[in-house]
Amino acid sequence: MSTILSDNPVSGGIAGSRNGGLLPPLRSRSLLGRLAERFIESGLLLAAAFSVLITGGIVFVLVSESLPFFRHVSAREFLTDRLWTPMFADPHHGIMPLVAGTLTTTAVALLVAMPVGTLIAVWLSEFAPSRLREVLKPALELLAAVPTVVYGYFAVDFVTPALQAFIPDLPTFNMLGPGIVMGVMIIPYVSSLSEDAIRAVPMLLREGSYALGAGKFTTAMRVVYPAAFSGIASAYVLAISRAVGETMIVAIAAGQQPNLSFNPLDPAATITAFIVQVSLGDLPHGSIGYQSIFAAGVTLFVMTLGFNIIGAVMRRRYRQAY
Amino acid sequence: MIVTDRFIARTRLQDRAFSVLGATLTVGAMLFLGILLFDLARDGLSRIDWQFLTSFPSRRPGMAGVLSAWVGSLLIMLVTAVTAIPLGIAAGVYLEEYARKNWFATAIEINITNLAGVPSIIFGLMALGLFVFRFNFGQSILAGGLTLGCLILPIVIVSTREALRTIPRGMREAAYALGATRWQVARHHLLPYSLPGIATGVIIAISRAIGETAPLITIGALTFIAFLPPAPVTLDPEFAVQPLKWVWSPFTVLPIQMFNWVSRPGDDFLRNAAATGIILIGLTLTMNAVAVVLRYRMRRRIKW
Amino acid sequence: MVTSAAPRHAAPPVHAGPARMTATPPPIPTLLDSDVVRPAPPASRAIKAQVENFSFFYSTVQALADVSLPFRERAITALIGPSGCGKTTLLRCFNRMHDLYPGNRYVGRILLHPDNLNIVAREVDPISLRMRISMVFQKPNPFPKSIFENVAYGLRLRGIRSRSELEGRIQVALEDAALWGEVKDRLRKPAYDLSGGQQQRLCIARALANEPEVLLLDEPTSALDPIATSRIEDLIVELKERVTIAIVTHNMQQAARISDYTAFMYLGKLIEYGATAEVFQNPKCKETEDYVTGRFG
Repeated sequence: MSTILSDNPVSGGIAGSRNGGLLPPLRSRSLLGRLAERFIESGLLLAAAFSVLITGGIVFVLVSESLPFFRHVSAREFLTDRLWTPMFADPHHGIMPLVAGTLTTTAVALLVAMPVGTLIAVWLSEFAPSRLREVLKPALELLAAVPTVVYGYFAVDFVTPALQAFIPDLPTFNMLGPGIVMGVMIIPYVSSLSEDAIRAVPMLLREGSYALGAGKFTTAMRVVYPAAFSGIASAYVLAISRAVGETMIVAIAAGQQPNLSFNPLDPAATITAFIVQVSLGDLPHGSIGYQSIFAAGVTLFVMTLGFNIIGAVMRRRYRQAY
Repeated sequence: MIVTDRFIARTRLQDRAFSVLGATLTVGAMLFLGILLFDLARDGLSRIDWQFLTSFPSRRPGMAGVLSAWVGSLLIMLVTAVTAIPLGIAAGVYLEEYARKNWFATAIEINITNLAGVPSIIFGLMALGLFVFRFNFGQSILAGGLTLGCLILPIVIVSTREALRTIPRGMREAAYALGATRWQVARHHLLPYSLPGIATGVIIAISRAIGETAPLITIGALTFIAFLPPAPVTLDPEFAVQPLKWVWSPFTVLPIQMFNWVSRPGDDFLRNAAATGIILIGLTLTMNAVAVVLRYRMRRRIKW
Repeated sequence: MVTSAAPRHAAPPVHAGPARMTATPPPIPTLLDSDVVRPAPPASRAIKAQVENFSFFYSTVQALADVSLPFRERAITALIGPSGCGKTTLLRCFNRMHDLYPGNRYVGRILLHPDNLNIVAREVDPISLRMRISMVFQKPNPFPKSIFENVAYGLRLRGIRSRSELEGRIQVALEDAALWGEVKDRLRKPAYDLSGGQQQRLCIARALANEPEVLLLDEPTSALDPIATSRIEDLIVELKERVTIAIVTHNMQQAARISDYTAFMYLGKLIEYGATAEVFQNPKCKETEDYVTGRFG
């Protein structure tokens, strides 16, 4: 009896299939099939590698186009000169006025987005009923979906005039209005990511606190928030990097005059606004004005890269936490 | 008893106060969006009509329209979608299903995370240096579409990977155990099952691209265009069929048109800007709503 | 309990084909207690697969050490042992599932007869191999497709396109998995509409449609309720007349009930192998005895 089965050919293991014959005999896979498989894998690999090419392109362009600029302008002048007037007859190339504008608008935005975003995140995850949260979270994310040029319009057309009701001598172009609008725009970056981090905190931790008689608010602020902090902090860093790179809101509503001022009531240009302003004109390829936008771009790139790296390190730490 | 009634009362009060505060802030943020929509509608809704959609920009605000802008936006999105979607999905599949844990895969991964955090205007500078001048694409639809394609590529890759990651390991093993090859597993199972997730990411990415202004200004997109790109098929016998000529055409897009009108003096232009803003925000919010619904239905449907 | 086992001894179902007729199933004991097991198989059977001095490493962690054991044709071999002993790891070597994850290493040989193919050799194509060896997993894992498409999938991979042939084979596979009667009117319905037990039988049908030479079962009933479990056990016993079966189980009664040979593993080593009755009633090793009598594990 035991030999019956061994007599069967390798193909189709079940003895005498009842369905009119064996399955097609097994050949080892065809060369063509294997080649196709290889070919597809290489194609997918190339697609993945393309993203490296983009980064390479960014670094290459920023470096190669700003090198001539830095041959012309010393790093010392670039970092210490208090004026940025590359288009003037008497050009000055100090990046600090643009950096000041960028940092000031960013600071205003963060003063709005960080507290509001965090409180919303805590409220959503610890206080709001889950059905409501399911609706509110994507609704809040719509704030980040509005095109920034629309926000710019809103800042000029509504927010600044509204602020002028309280601060009568606020100029039409200022850093406060666009800063606030930018802050609202990045609230969902803070609230959504923080909420994810807060919800990742194990229930056990909360129960420990409740068991000791703590209320929801105390538990949320003293136990949950600290436990989720590194995740929340990485949300903050993302928000910073968004604010630093934001262009249209400030280009429309903050004015385009480089101005070494940290007063949000002043008009000023940010790095991004300067690049837009120059791009709108018709600058000849290779002129110092053309090169100056790349020098500004390098500064911006380095700033955001720094924030992104800090954020990545924090995220990694946070992943290890549980 | 250490715990006094007053302490308990305080705890209750705190909880209730925070409940109110959190709800107020959330409602306030939504209200901000509401006021924005209202402000736009008040200024611009009356401007939106057939004439506005079918006219070129003009020095006279009452006669101006967004024809060249919406056609430009549409064509730019076409180029962006055609480049970024297949490339992004392919890269996502590679990183999630093929890549072995080695330095190369790690490098690509870090690179994509970083790329997602690079400000959009930097993509514009890259495109200006590479596409416009080095590759000589000029300030064309091709250059603009590729710029936005690069910009949204990380979003497509990340959402593809996230969608693939939700498919349980058992599903892959079941297919492999039946003798499927890696590509068959991806093609027959992983991609179909993750399609809603990928689609959600793609819609969000495209909606982001539609609203992007800065990188296109940086590559030198024009703000005043009073003609349309050449159609692929015309009646003119000399240029009867020129299927891809339009990609070389200069362009403007809706957000640039809006920006241009915002920066002009006079309430009439501001009204045009508001009308353009309504169209833009209508497009992006609709796309986001579709994405949300898709995600919600997906979460309900799938119960691995 | 005893009565519930009765149908198992009924004559083979009517749809049993000629192949099954040639082999009268050996009598199966009705006893369910672990201390009474089925008798030793009538004669020792031809070897279908032979594990030889086999070790396995998850990167640097050794999961299997120098395992040697045969898997016999038309018999059920059960792999038992406490969690982490390496039984599932060994099972997943047979269809090279470990190839899917990086850093895994096979040392030694697993020979598949009659062609003496070393399953774990690098040059053996895992895809072709998996077409000869099917697997059923711990948790039912049907594809989110229709019932029909689930069973059809393996056949399509083998290049079967003809509608009528697919339909015929799918019916046979579903009959073999004792599922046909329950699903024949809703083949186009999603597989997820089935109950857990039905899903697992669907996975068995999916595996059988490929007409495998060896069927690997990785705790196939651990996620199921007792009734679904007993149906699947019946099925497995029926199937062994046609396909070599290796089953990993945590449930010692199950091993005793259905298997012909039992291998007890502990800490990555094979401690004892033999006819199931021997291993359960007369264990040679102290560890085996402790385990099968429930003293540890």
